Amino acid sequence: MTQPKEIFVITDRCVGCRTCTIACAVAHSASRTLFGAVAETPRPKSRIYVEWAAPAHKVPLVCRHCEDAPCMHACISGAIRRTDDGVVITDTDKCIGCWTCVMVCPYGVIGRDLERHKAYRCDRCQDRDIPACVAACPTGALVYQTVPAYAADVRRHASGEMVKGKGS
Amino acid sequence: MAVTDDILEKSIDPTVHQMLARARDLGLETVWDRYEKMLPECGFGELGVCCRNCNMGPCRISPFEDQGPQRGICGATADIIVARNLIRMIAGGAAAHSDHGRDLAHTLLLTAEGKGGGYEIKDEVKLAALAKEYGIATENRAKEDIALDLAKAVYAEFGRQEGFVRFTRRAPAKRVAQWQKMGIDPRGIDREIVEIMHRTHIGVDNDPVNLILQGLKASIADGWGGSMIATEISDVLFGTPTPVRSTANLGVLKEDEVNIVAHGHEPVLSEMILAAAADPDLVARAKALGAKGINVVGMCCTGNEIIMRHGIPLAGNFMQQELAVITGAVEAMIVDVQCIMPALGSLCECFHTRFISTSYKAKFPGAVHIQFSEEKALDIAKQIVKVAVENYPRRVQDKVFIPDEKTECMVGFSTEAVVKALGGTLDPLLDAIKSGAVRGIAGVVGCNNPKIKHDHGHVALVRELIKNNVLVVTTGCNAIACAKAGLMLPEAAADAGEGLSGVCQALGVPPVLHMGSCVDISRILATCAAVANALGVDISDLPVAGAAPEWMSEKAVSIGAYVVSSGIFTVLGTVPPVLGGPLVTDILTRGAEDVVGAVFAVETDPVKGAGLMIAHIDRKRAGLGI
Repeated sequence: MTQPKEIFVITDRCVGCRTCTIACAVAHSASRTLFGAVAETPRPKSRIYVEWAAPAHKVPLVCRHCEDAPCMHACISGAIRRTDDGVVITDTDKCIGCWTCVMVCPYGVIGRDLERHKAYRCDRCQDRDIPACVAACPTGALVYQTVPAYAADVRRHASGEMVKGKGS
Repeated sequence: MAVTDDILEKSIDPTVHQMLARARDLGLETVWDRYEKMLPECGFGELGVCCRNCNMGPCRISPFEDQGPQRGICGATADIIVARNLIRMIAGGAAAHSDHGRDLAHTLLLTAEGKGGGYEIKDEVKLAALAKEYGIATENRAKEDIALDLAKAVYAEFGRQEGFVRFTRRAPAKRVAQWQKMGIDPRGIDREIVEIMHRTHIGVDNDPVNLILQGLKASIADGWGGSMIATEISDVLFGTPTPVRSTANLGVLKEDEVNIVAHGHEPVLSEMILAAAADPDLVARAKALGAKGINVVGMCCTGNEIIMRHGIPLAGNFMQQELAVITGAVEAMIVDVQCIMPALGSLCECFHTRFISTSYKAKFPGAVHIQFSEEKALDIAKQIVKVAVENYPRRVQDKVFIPDEKTECMVGFSTEAVVKALGGTLDPLLDAIKSGAVRGIAGVVGCNNPKIKHDHGHVALVRELIKNNVLVVTTGCNAIACAKAGLMLPEAAADAGEGLSGVCQALGVPPVLHMGSCVDISRILATCAAVANALGVDISDLPVAGAAPEWMSEKAVSIGAYVVSSGIFTVLGTVPPVLGGPLVTDILTRGAEDVVGAVFAVETDPVKGAGLMIAHIDRKRAGLGI
């Protein structure tokens, strides 16, 4: 089975510009354009958040689509399921707006849509090859990769660090 | 060298296609590549909702309601931030145009004092007319004495604290009265720009409407002040343009001559470069080095200034500056100020081209700086031309590729030249407008911008206008686009509607009239004022419209603001960074009607943009009962 890709965050690279939040909202708008999105009612919503880990780090946070997803287990109406691609999604027809998913989510990345009275979250941009937030990030802080490929990158970097200064 | 589909999408100009394919082969980067690397551009910036005016921030307002902050740290709303940013753009643009005007006033002053290193007063008729406007005595006085008084008078406009800027009174009395009523009649040129910087400082003006009014005020000081001074004094020193034929596009570069590209804006430098390039010693030296001569060509508005006064060929507009270097045939790219890409430095290092900066205000990485001074103008110009000539043997023939494309054009339609072409009075034009042969007049101006297919915005919009019998007057990079597209020939009347075509054929003029550089939009204002005065109406009553199909610079924002402030409906072809402020957007597109009798519209499709202008022209015709 091919490995699904995940959105990884390289926290050292985030400058806190929030470009990802705009790209996310636009990707979830009716017009799919920025100038159109700002004129829409209700306004489209971003599903990615940028938090500040004082004093030096800015951290983009987005649904991790956990393998053992607490939200999915906790959902009382059975609205949350996993797709064949491994993406955890909320079926808005079934969602009753009880916010149990918000209570159990360890990342706090589930939002409340006040107009529709439903929970919303990252859907990994099902109609795009690369999620909009990743494509928009100007510093490469967001990476869309499979776990083995991302881990291999980390290993390569770590091994370089380990032998640094030891000569060849 | 392959012209691929993606290259064809970047421009309508065949020289651009060829040069981009060439750049790709050579592994060279251009403005189009850098634009693509920049995508997606920052949405906060596109909406105008980021503020860096104090160090509590930077702040940005989330355009999406329940995400992120809704006010800056000081409490500024999106509309306050958008308005502050917008008028700071106007300040930048008005400062650039007006400093250009100041340099001309300075040159006139030195020339009058006998300290100008080679300049002379070429148009005494205009000198006398301007002196009269300023109440300066002319009878039995030497032209230098009149020029000295005029130079001091226009110089004083910049630092004036109270009163009004003289040339604003060329506008119809009704227009001036409206400006006064709204508190936007500028007191001086520099003062209004400085006041924008004050008002947009943390904790000063936080009323979006009040901020925008000050922006309009400063823009009027540009269009009817700094820019108009630049135009008028240039005419006094270098001659008022009259129709002249020339050629435009990269094919004006020559394989067997020393090629000098004069790029930037102010004719103070380029006029002297032309004089120096005609110096017999330098021409002889060029020949001794194997060249057949010295070929000076223009780029951007410097190109407009010298083509309309001397018929010097035009190499291209803003997006073609790098492409000129990539021909490998340019010995020197000589620049002064404005719209000069810093990318030229590293690009010139890939070729033998000398990149020569000349203004202490504008230095560039990779450039050789030869400081220009008006007092020793001709001597320094010769020194600069000599660098180009001596560089000729370093040209690498294998690297030379000059597209053979160039187009004939007829340029140089100053207001005076238009009146002369009409037989000495505006009446034939007024009659043609009244009869409907000429439906109206459109001023189409502005830059290039990689956000829109190069020259497509300009040419498609202009073609649609003339097809519908709208006479087009143009300056800046639009003028260059039209020249390259063959629209500035009397024969282009064939592309115009029947009425306009007949008028053009009767007068022997093109349907698209070249009025000059970007400061020469003041000529368009002056022409509109003359027409309105002749009809006894305000400019906002006239069947006229403006457009900036490919605009990008702060100068263009100031231009748009003063054109609308003058009562002329204006269509922008790229979206200004204001949509994050709903109130500001509403003021610009609707509310301004009550203040200045005109509004902005944004339309990225040039044909639809022309449609908006034509519909506006028709409404104004109905209003006049014609």
